[in-house]
Amino acid sequence: MKFARTGAALIAALSVALAACTGTGASSPSPAGASTAASPSPAASASAAASPSAGAMTKVKFQLQWVAQAQFAGYYAALDQGYYKDEGLDVSFLLGGPQVDNINAVAVNTADIGTGWLPKMLQSRENGTDLVSIAQVFQRSGTRMASFKSKNITTINDFHGKKIGSWLLGNEPELFAALTKAGFDPTKESVIKQNFDMSGLLKGDLDVAQAMIYNEYAQVLEAKNPQTGQLYQPTDFNVLDFNDPAVGTAMLQDQIFARDSWLKQGNNQDVATRFLKASFKGWAYCRDNQQKCVDLVLKAGSQLGASHQAWQMNEINALIWPSPNGVGVLDQKLWDQTIQIATTYKILKAAPTAGAYRTDLAQAAVTALGTSVETKGANFQKQTVTLNPGGN
Amino acid sequence: MAVAAGSLSPTARAASVGRRSISVWRKAAVAIVVLLAVLLIWEAAKWLGGDPWFIHGTVFGVRIDYEHRPPLQWRIADDLSLPHVWDVTRAFVDPAQRNGPLLGLVLSGQALFTFREALVGFVFGGILGLGLAVWFVHSQLAERALVPYVVASQTVPILAISPIVVNATKAGWLSVALVTAYLTFFPVTIGALRGLRAADPRAFELFRSYAASRRQILMRLRMPASLPYLFAALRIAAAAAVIGAIIGEIPAGIQDGLASAIVNYNQYYVTAPERLWATIVLCSAVGLVFVGLVKLAEAVVLRRRYGTLDVSPGQ
Repeated sequence: MKFARTGAALIAALSVALAACTGTGASSPSPAGASTAASPSPAASASAAASPSAGAMTKVKFQLQWVAQAQFAGYYAALDQGYYKDEGLDVSFLLGGPQVDNINAVAVNTADIGTGWLPKMLQSRENGTDLVSIAQVFQRSGTRMASFKSKNITTINDFHGKKIGSWLLGNEPELFAALTKAGFDPTKESVIKQNFDMSGLLKGDLDVAQAMIYNEYAQVLEAKNPQTGQLYQPTDFNVLDFNDPAVGTAMLQDQIFARDSWLKQGNNQDVATRFLKASFKGWAYCRDNQQKCVDLVLKAGSQLGASHQAWQMNEINALIWPSPNGVGVLDQKLWDQTIQIATTYKILKAAPTAGAYRTDLAQAAVTALGTSVETKGANFQKQTVTLNPGGN
Repeated sequence: MAVAAGSLSPTARAASVGRRSISVWRKAAVAIVVLLAVLLIWEAAKWLGGDPWFIHGTVFGVRIDYEHRPPLQWRIADDLSLPHVWDVTRAFVDPAQRNGPLLGLVLSGQALFTFREALVGFVFGGILGLGLAVWFVHSQLAERALVPYVVASQTVPILAISPIVVNATKAGWLSVALVTAYLTFFPVTIGALRGLRAADPRAFELFRSYAASRRQILMRLRMPASLPYLFAALRIAAAAAVIGAIIGEIPAGIQDGLASAIVNYNQYYVTAPERLWATIVLCSAVGLVFVGLVKLAEAVVLRRRYGTLDVSPGQ
């Protein structure tokens, strides 16, 4: 059923695209009539008018690091609102998931541009790829350590001697750095490989568990306490935040990257800048239209829970905004902190070589947006999201 | 057996048909009883060692308020490991998203998508498997040289193969079909190889005495004789095809099939374990339907050869 529907949609989309091509490409007698008949969305016809012909659209393949979710809402918004089209870009998304190496996908040319965690991209670079970070979208870390109130773990000092959960595999440096800073030896603590869901915490296998504020932590709050039959409440938990100056070991996460060799080809620097411009505009849209972006994401992922995605959107916005240097522009201090921790905990053998990141493209994109879009979000305020059972 | 079938009288045939339909009903009844027993044990385990039961609601106008604190605490029986049967059942008729279509409908659409991929892969794998078997039967050298590799191919976890296939072919339909074919060709090769040699040696002698060509021996003797073996292999391949399609979807990042449901509900298992269970139920349903279709094809093809005589044991 769904198959038939998507098939029909695809055919419809194809025929629309085809009609648009012939309508604008050929010296058509009635372009206005053709375009209104072909494209129902005003954004599409606007872009057709702006660019000389639909055929001149530049194709860009963009690799996400997971399946559709609000973590990528800004890109979905840019696509839906026609921001990419306005920049003459025909962007298609490649979805991630388990077994999809989003970093590698860009490194081996399956995708042109990708989004992923900064340290993982730098690891790939250390192994000989020419990946370059071109925009640091998340200005702060989303990693938290959650524990039940009853365990009374309120500061990093309380971690000593406890069963500490971590996903490991490159997700542990913030934790290890925090433990070291507090005077403990992380290798001597009982750090347990944690499953990617939160059952370890809920079942009591772990005293304190790693959780992304926009995902796993929300999952805990969407689960029922079997003893009461009611949802767990934030008041049931203590949460340690690595961004907290008292902990101070946050690392940079979601950023946009591309191959240096790709950037040097033709006018790809310009393509990348336009891509960033449209993406940033999408993120600003999601800041100002949170609910609309949640709906977009829900449309893209039929299994996703509405309240979970609303929570995620809200928390993701808080990781991006405010962006003191403008959205996507890297904060040198956080870069230094990230590199220092990554090299200390052997995520990286050495500090990355010169050219591992550049801020000029993101800066140009922010400049190009000018005053049409508020790019710093200085007044951003988090909303209150109520989670429902199962995230629905 | 084939000879005996030809000599059956019409009444014997009718009786045989009657017996067969009774046995179908009996089989169905046994399957249902077993299923109910499993569900009963399931809930009994939860009643004895699960999480507290809070059942409040109205069923057919009757108000139910039931609370129960199990005397024991078994980790395997708690709500996270083993959700209630009714929670899994209800998951199908709950909306997949708030104000969205029912989960059962969404999953069915995805099951159909995966089924189609599995079917394409099954056809690829079937043709490849049969082709290899025909080749091996005619070339001892090829058989001795390649069969070890055919066997070795199945000792490599498909999880390791699928990302490579996806990388090599770019994520999409083709990569899924190739992964599926990789899983399905093996039982077909082995089954068909056995079947192609299964004809009576005297029949081979007879064909040779008529100076039948290899092709004639293949088409008129080997192939027909191999059918029961081939269908047994195809049934195994059908079940493997569904698994192959699901595993192939994951590294390809395909969102329209059951793999995306598994990935998502795995991720959100803590919040809604019954959804992953519902997906599992549907995955196995797809496999059962696929195997059922192969059985149906087998019945249609082989009936012509054996008449209505059911040669399966115990009849």
